[in-house]
Amino acid sequence: MLRHDVLVVGAGGAGMRAALAAAQAGVDVAILTKVHPLRSHTGAAEGGINAAFSEEDSWENHAFDTIKGSDWLADQDAVEILTREGPDAVYELDHMGAVFSRGPDGRFLLRPFGAMPIPRTAFAGDTTGHVLLHALYQQLLKYRVKVYEEWLALDLIVEDGVCRGVIAYEIPTGIVHAIAAKAVIFATGGAGRMYANTTNAYICTGDGMAIALRNGALLKDMEMVQFHPTTLPGSGILITEGVRGEGGYLINALGERFMARYAPKMMELASRDVVSRAEQTEIDEGRGVNGCVLLDLRHLGEEKILSRLPQTRELSITFAGVDPVYEPIPVRPGVHYFMGGIHTDLAGRTTIPGLYAVGECACVSVHGANRLGGNALLELLVFGRRAGGDAAEFARSQGSLEVSEARVRDVERELSRILSRTNGERWATLRDILAETMNREMGIFRTEEQMRHCLAVVKELQERYKRLRLDDKGRVYNYDLVSTIELGFLLDVAEAVIVSGLTRRESRGAHYRRDYPARDDENWLKHTVVRRDPEGELHIDYLPVKITRWPPAARVY
Amino acid sequence: MQVTLRVRRFNPEADVEPRFQDYTLEVPDHFTVLDALIIIRERIDGTLALRYSCRMAICGSCGMRINGLAGLACKTALRKVVRDGLVTVEPMGNMPVVKDLVVNMEPFWHHLRAVTPYIEPAPNRLEPRQEYRIPPERVEELWEAVRCIMCGACFSDCTVDEIDINFLGPAALARASWMVRDPRDGRTVERLRELSRPHGIWDCTHCFYCVQVCPKDVKPMEQILRLRRLAMEAGVTNNNGSRHSQAFAESVMETGWLDEFTLLPKSYGWNPIALLPELPTAVRMMTRKGAPSPIHPRRPKAEEVRRIFVKIEQKEAARRDA
Repeated sequence: MLRHDVLVVGAGGAGMRAALAAAQAGVDVAILTKVHPLRSHTGAAEGGINAAFSEEDSWENHAFDTIKGSDWLADQDAVEILTREGPDAVYELDHMGAVFSRGPDGRFLLRPFGAMPIPRTAFAGDTTGHVLLHALYQQLLKYRVKVYEEWLALDLIVEDGVCRGVIAYEIPTGIVHAIAAKAVIFATGGAGRMYANTTNAYICTGDGMAIALRNGALLKDMEMVQFHPTTLPGSGILITEGVRGEGGYLINALGERFMARYAPKMMELASRDVVSRAEQTEIDEGRGVNGCVLLDLRHLGEEKILSRLPQTRELSITFAGVDPVYEPIPVRPGVHYFMGGIHTDLAGRTTIPGLYAVGECACVSVHGANRLGGNALLELLVFGRRAGGDAAEFARSQGSLEVSEARVRDVERELSRILSRTNGERWATLRDILAETMNREMGIFRTEEQMRHCLAVVKELQERYKRLRLDDKGRVYNYDLVSTIELGFLLDVAEAVIVSGLTRRESRGAHYRRDYPARDDENWLKHTVVRRDPEGELHIDYLPVKITRWPPAARVY
Repeated sequence: MQVTLRVRRFNPEADVEPRFQDYTLEVPDHFTVLDALIIIRERIDGTLALRYSCRMAICGSCGMRINGLAGLACKTALRKVVRDGLVTVEPMGNMPVVKDLVVNMEPFWHHLRAVTPYIEPAPNRLEPRQEYRIPPERVEELWEAVRCIMCGACFSDCTVDEIDINFLGPAALARASWMVRDPRDGRTVERLRELSRPHGIWDCTHCFYCVQVCPKDVKPMEQILRLRRLAMEAGVTNNNGSRHSQAFAESVMETGWLDEFTLLPKSYGWNPIALLPELPTAVRMMTRKGAPSPIHPRRPKAEEVRRIFVKIEQKEAARRDA
């Protein structure tokens, strides 16, 4: 059997940073990923990475902005770690080889970003994620970390309540493997593909969240789904917040900078939940332009657009047919990020011993009810490093690893059952219903009735899922099967999102309920957690929010 | 619009040879090639295998040949490539096809690893308490190479790799051009020496295909030419490529035109043993009257040519000092 001290699932920024930390700690580490590491969705991050770099800034300022942005749902001890370790984590990345934009003094240029009153966001043009991803991949090559490339994680091996490895499907051959590991780190990213309108890549299907949930781990704050204010209509492609950071305006059909009505101080740079709600309100009340608002950056001038926002220009021309040097870009809110995820402590440990989680699939809770742009890349560096180091230590403390391969046979049987079905629907039909329903009922504005209906649809889809049929019956690169498995993950995570949303009877951050439009600290200043029992039923529980030094206050931008 | 995608299919579990399959579908005008391929695999034929992920030209998954030229399916608008209602889609070249549009990219990654594609700092570097101080213009210079997404389009269509798969290829060399010029790297000259070996920077034949097909405007060929210049400036000249380049320039500068007769021996450093294998070709050329003349008179306006050379060299020197 294949075995490693530490096995990381997912090779985006969080996974690679964690693997690197484990490798540096001297244990045997491998990464398992369903795509080549450089295809990971971290590469699509655009705007930048926050930390208190400048002398005028402090980690406390960064922490406060993050907590206010989270609508006080973030755990403040976690935010303190994020913001204190932030600058060092980014400097380290710079020394690894990431190429950040520089000012005349040779130091990082900083740009303003949403919900932060001073510039704090380092960037690489508008391809910050690309630069980060490639720098970390280069380190993987340097440390010769073993990569199981194009292997899809299907399940965990849990024995006596302890995580002992992963069951995985080798996409190029169709072989099911058991990989034993003393510690497993999930870094599988988000689940945006349960929505029709998302910035997320096709691979963002909530694999790790679903597998953790099925194995009894807790998912936390799953109702907190971030809508990014500026995505292209149709494709959902992301236009960076950096556009507004550089001075871009949001305009409605009447030519008004409508943010003046919603966030007179911060305007376009209010928090993402606030700007997305404002845009949706403008569109719903008839002041939109073909279901969009307009993002105008013409006044920035061609030179600035070309030097600071080259990808934005490329994306607008290619995917919206608009050159932002001469025309405003039509944009609308789209699903971007899951603040919630697998519940972890400050070292990335989940509730299953031996299983860690980090990055978007995890919820250490630095984002609470709304994430600040630029904090996700920081989180994966800071907490990736911590989780990798802790997992290495944990692995060292474990004795020899004896793991049963019986699960492999079970999974093989299950897969051949799916492959043998000759009648039924295909996965794409169900995916479309899921994505359209989530868009409509679990969107920026929610009500009890909508969410109940949404839950009923998802439960029905889960039943229909059991009878899906495939076109491709082969073993080699059977992407028909891969997509089917991914849809199963999406359905289970979607259920957790809706159940959590139904539970929280207040409006906080990204979770806005028309039937409970106010924040209710008395009853709801707490995390929702979902657990699934062996029969598949979801159970809700709560965890306290850790408040260290910033008591809840009114949130005005 | 109605469009037919003619897709090269190959199922290793059933087919002996690749075959073409036509899919005709009605799609909106703004559709990309990838959008159409996704419709095919989701609605029409779930056995079609292809890689894709971000659909925004940053992950590099969906490299393939569209009407014979490599590119990203997600970045290619259908209406721009449709000819009489037809688009041909094939897997990338220079890499073994595994299934349908999925190729085994290991030859590509192998070359990337061969250029040690990570910063190797000088040993006396301080611990990172702050970022490196790098002038903004040095960062700007790196962008073109840094923005490569490793999709493999350039490697697919590289005409040198087609005949010598050991050639490091455009993407790996573009990445090397970043490493060589990165102020944080401590192995600049060593890198240039490694890159000047056979199958390296001197093997490019300037066919421009990589520049044409690159979806991120990395201009790999220009990166390679830049590396050549840097290698010669760093004194890494003890190789055929560099000598060839020098012999070429010298003969034009001194006589006003190319001395083809001495070009080859000069490139080989007048090494008779290295030249020996070329003898049959030389003999063939002489018998068929294709050989260049050993008499190479100076052209009347050679002095003007020389003055141009001097001027360029002065400019180059000024650039290096700046």
